Amino acid sequence: MEFKTFVFYFLSVILVFAGLRVITARNPVHAALYLVLAFFTASGVWMLLQAEFLAIALVLVYVGAVMVLFLFVVMMLDINVDRIREGFWSYLPLGAIIGLLMAAEMGLVLGGNYLGLFESSVAQTSADFSNVQAVGRLMFTEYVYPFELASVILLVGIVAAVALTQREKRKNKAVDPSQQVFVKAKDRYRVLQMPAEKRD
Amino acid sequence: MLTLSHFLILGAILFAISVVGIFLNRKNLIIILMSIELMLLAVNLNFIAFSHYLQDLAGQVFVFFILTVAAAESAIGLAILVVLFRNLKTIHVDDLDSLKG
Repeated sequence: MEFKTFVFYFLSVILVFAGLRVITARNPVHAALYLVLAFFTASGVWMLLQAEFLAIALVLVYVGAVMVLFLFVVMMLDINVDRIREGFWSYLPLGAIIGLLMAAEMGLVLGGNYLGLFESSVAQTSADFSNVQAVGRLMFTEYVYPFELASVILLVGIVAAVALTQREKRKNKAVDPSQQVFVKAKDRYRVLQMPAEKRD
Repeated sequence: MLTLSHFLILGAILFAISVVGIFLNRKNLIIILMSIELMLLAVNLNFIAFSHYLQDLAGQVFVFFILTVAAAESAIGLAILVVLFRNLKTIHVDDLDSLKG
């Protein structure tokens, strides 16, 4: 067995195991940590596919940001595990049947001709080929508009998350129009009498 | 030798696991969100595998955008969850019936 094949199977076993533990773990914190493991191994699989930039981005964005957010939220919420787990196993038969069917169907389609799909080997890239450079060039030339739109989506995400979770009343300077019509001129300014001072 | 099928079947298994996860954890919003993240991971794996075997980098750019949208989605989803918990003191699915749906 080739070394790359061995690495692939090694990572896949860990990935599938971590995925199974994510959906069966009793404690949501454990589930989040297994999801971190799943992301790490998935980034390894992506490395195997020579997508270095995305593998690093997955670790940075998902493990570094999203999963930390998940862990924070899980710890902030007071979860009644027993109540949330009720009926867990009663859904298993239906869920397992559907999952197995899906996996089997997709496997039949994708594994066509006994795993001979795209048997032709991919041209090996030279050692000084930089995936990051290639992706970056594509992203900033052909896909520059979608790239800018992605930043707008992130901005919307930030604003929405902050606006939703903001706790105290919003401090804005909006004026109530029904109050404003009652204003009289003398409320706005007053004339002061001041004696003139002599310069010394 | 590693073929495209290996990676696609791995993605299919991962996707099926997360579908089962949504079935099993119907009462647990957090695990449902995690299952959705796992689904997106499986889809991204397919994209990257195709991008590698067809020698077309557009698939990797697409994965980058999916990562962006998924990050924003999970941030908003978790914010909604926090607001929900603050208002109702529970995130149990059975208690979320104020819309009488």
